[in-house]
Amino acid sequence: MPSMKTEAVPMISARDIRKHFHGTEVLKGVSLDIGKGEVIAVIGPSGSGKSTFLRCLNHLETIDAGSIVIEGETLATTDAAGHCRYAPEAEARRICRKMGMVFQQFNLFPHLTVLQNVIEAPLTVKGLSRDAIVPRAEELLRKVGLIAKCGAYPSQLSGGQKQRVAIARALAMEPDIMLFDEPTSALDPELTGEVLRTMRQLAEERMTMLVVTHEMSFARDVSTEVVFMDHGEIVEARPAAEMFADPRHPRTRCFLEHML
Amino acid sequence: MDYLIQIIGPLLDGTAVTLQVFLLTLVLAVPLGLALALVRVSHFRTAASLVGGYIWLMRGTPLMLQMLFIYFALPFVPVIGIRLPDFPAAIVAFTLNYAAYFAEIFRSGIQSVGRGQYEAARVLGMSYGQTMRRIILPQVVKRILPPMSNETITLVKDTSLIYVLAMNDLLRAARGIVQRDFTTMPFVVAAAFYLIMTLVLTWGFMRLEKRYAVYED
Repeated sequence: MPSMKTEAVPMISARDIRKHFHGTEVLKGVSLDIGKGEVIAVIGPSGSGKSTFLRCLNHLETIDAGSIVIEGETLATTDAAGHCRYAPEAEARRICRKMGMVFQQFNLFPHLTVLQNVIEAPLTVKGLSRDAIVPRAEELLRKVGLIAKCGAYPSQLSGGQKQRVAIARALAMEPDIMLFDEPTSALDPELTGEVLRTMRQLAEERMTMLVVTHEMSFARDVSTEVVFMDHGEIVEARPAAEMFADPRHPRTRCFLEHML
Repeated sequence: MDYLIQIIGPLLDGTAVTLQVFLLTLVLAVPLGLALALVRVSHFRTAASLVGGYIWLMRGTPLMLQMLFIYFALPFVPVIGIRLPDFPAAIVAFTLNYAAYFAEIFRSGIQSVGRGQYEAARVLGMSYGQTMRRIILPQVVKRILPPMSNETITLVKDTSLIYVLAMNDLLRAARGIVQRDFTTMPFVVAAAFYLIMTLVLTWGFMRLEKRYAVYED
């Protein structure tokens, strides 16, 4: 099978990302390329920096050093003197719009209905008319199986439903890449399935995805590559099947033994 | 009964003054308070601490003193030196004072909205202004209704302070009649009027709270 990695420009190219919080180094030089259509699962113990890494990619956190290039456009770069520079605010916002994000805690807008949650950003950010966006939003809600909940408020939904709305909301901005930050960690076990199914469907549609997760089955069955992070660095990054069949690094092995 | 009808006229005139001060203050102080709160939570450090100082000054000195200052002392302040008639002086003092309290209510509301809401808006591409206008402030309204209700009820009663500028608000009108006729009846009527005004306010805020109850945070 020909490798997808031969794509000219990676969707995301992160180089030597460093980040510290209050003197603790959380990311110690993390590099990762994500090609078009790849589904990368980032696994690792809590505190390993995997969520922070994800949040750095779309500028929810500011990196100390390294570079982030999204589809060939530079979000952040570090010069020879070690000064890390970001693209100007409006430019950075435009670049980051190529990435949609789904949070562990959903972060739906509680004062808006399900449909309003989905159309809010297309209306205000893209300036689309309601007529243009509502059919598209309804299509997305149908896709995540929540068209019947259009007029409901988030507080009236289950966790799994909330997360599926959050996915639809992110997709409404037509991102090229989807970032998932532990999307099922806040859910009751019986509700993770519906969210994972939606994500699997996205993966089948060749959406480029970066998924920080504790769901080993998702990592094994859906992702093209698995990245194991520990103590702020990438310990091992390999195709999913290989990684689970034969983890090379002792720390990976130890982690997987605990998780499986 | 005849006496009641006789005194109700002047008391209604007083109520009109009270209501004018109340409504004008509310209409001016709420937007000003919101603007102050937005500066206070912004990243413009200097402006934010200036607003902090302003709030300290306005909450830290009596409203009556502020009113007397604006009416009597402002004309003699170099550069500014404007002489305001009694009614505008009262409105300016009330607005400046209440805006400080409203600003703190707005600030508490804004800061009570979780970081996740800002992050969600941000990853959807919204600017800070869009986030505030479309996501944060609509949620703030619901959260600040109870303290706003408190503050506006206080405002109704604080309007009685304008008597120091010799304006005939409801309470001063009542006191005038009491002193003239040696009866406490006007006080009772004035109390009833104040109660009616606060009842209307309470009811209004209850309706608002009900309307916002369609969603939960």
